Amino acid sequence: MERTTLDLWVGMFVVGGIAALVMLAMKVGNLGTYNVSESYQVYGYFQNIGGLKAKASIKSAGVLVGRVTEISLDTNRYQAKVVMSLDKRYQFPKDTFANILTSGLLGEQYIGLMPGGDEEMLKPGSQIKQTQSAVVLEEMIGKFLYNKAAEPDKAN
Amino acid sequence: MAAMKTVRAIGHRVVDAVWRMGSATRFFALVLLYSASSFRRFRLVIKELFSSGVMSLIIILVAGLFVGMVLGLQGYETLKRYGSESALGSLVALSLVRELGPVLAALLFASRAGSAMTAEIGLMKATEQISAMEMMAVNPIARIVAPRFWAGVISMPLLAAMFSAVGVFGGYLVGVVQIGVDEGSFWAQMQAAVDFREDILNGVLKSFVFGTVVTVIALFEGYDAQPTAEGVSGATTRTVVNSSLAILMLDFVLTAIMFRGN
Repeated sequence: MERTTLDLWVGMFVVGGIAALVMLAMKVGNLGTYNVSESYQVYGYFQNIGGLKAKASIKSAGVLVGRVTEISLDTNRYQAKVVMSLDKRYQFPKDTFANILTSGLLGEQYIGLMPGGDEEMLKPGSQIKQTQSAVVLEEMIGKFLYNKAAEPDKAN
Repeated sequence: MAAMKTVRAIGHRVVDAVWRMGSATRFFALVLLYSASSFRRFRLVIKELFSSGVMSLIIILVAGLFVGMVLGLQGYETLKRYGSESALGSLVALSLVRELGPVLAALLFASRAGSAMTAEIGLMKATEQISAMEMMAVNPIARIVAPRFWAGVISMPLLAAMFSAVGVFGGYLVGVVQIGVDEGSFWAQMQAAVDFREDILNGVLKSFVFGTVVTVIALFEGYDAQPTAEGVSGATTRTVVNSSLAILMLDFVLTAIMFRGN
């Protein structure tokens, strides 16, 4: 088959398009930074997860160590069951504390892991026992108002 | 009696539109049926890839660059009020990858390549080249229409990807180079917000659907055109109008399916 300049242009067009896709995937998307291959799953029960969503990040000392994979309501105990998948590279002690935190005042919610002092590590599929619920702004305001009302009036 | 006439006219138009919809679908099925030969003779597709894909490159790249720059500027102005200029990267990238890339590239493609396809096939019909082919026992759908269809379907996602990539670069130029948003947070926030499967692949899927729809409309309008100068010009106009409407309506449907609530 004869080669023409037309083929060259079409080839450049296709290569350019694929290069743009790869650039989008690597530089713009998270394919370059987030490694899905090696991970293990643990779960925890939370009294209230607030605005936590699947795919929310899990951080320890501010470093991204995993993602929330699944959120469901356990009807045996009426608590939220959150399945987290953590990077294999990071092992955490058995008495690790999981908090639902908020980045910034109105930002996204994420799970913060505070490692405990246990010698044993969390195994894949095990439960994080110590958890702390999300801070729900309405509840906090409610508590504050209640405490204010309970206080004896300072003016008298 | 005037009211009667209006009602009749409306009914006539609706029936006509449904009729055309049906023949367009049948035409689409025929194109798919006869497209095996365009893969056996891929040279025909390559030729059409040149005239629809490569020739649309300049308008796509320039438009993408300027859309990205406008996004950078406008996004900065808005985000500044909330003190979150660092989110500029994710704003630019998400709006381009999810919406503006596929939609604007498809609109430009419809007016740049789609109208050319319609005019070309309509003129072929007006000058009786298509009847001549049939006379020579060459199937015009397999020989003329199918290669153009596949060229459109292949080039649309590539064009949309280039549009988005150049747009992100435009946003970077205005946001980071000109205004001075922190470069690290620009890219980091972008990478944190854009998901490969959720955002980028869905965008590619969108542009693939748009490419299919635009080329089918363009080819159908050309193939169905009245074989006169007036008929061809009307068909070209209808291609641009109908495919633009189809892109925007389909975009809503696809967005509702892909990104509902999360």
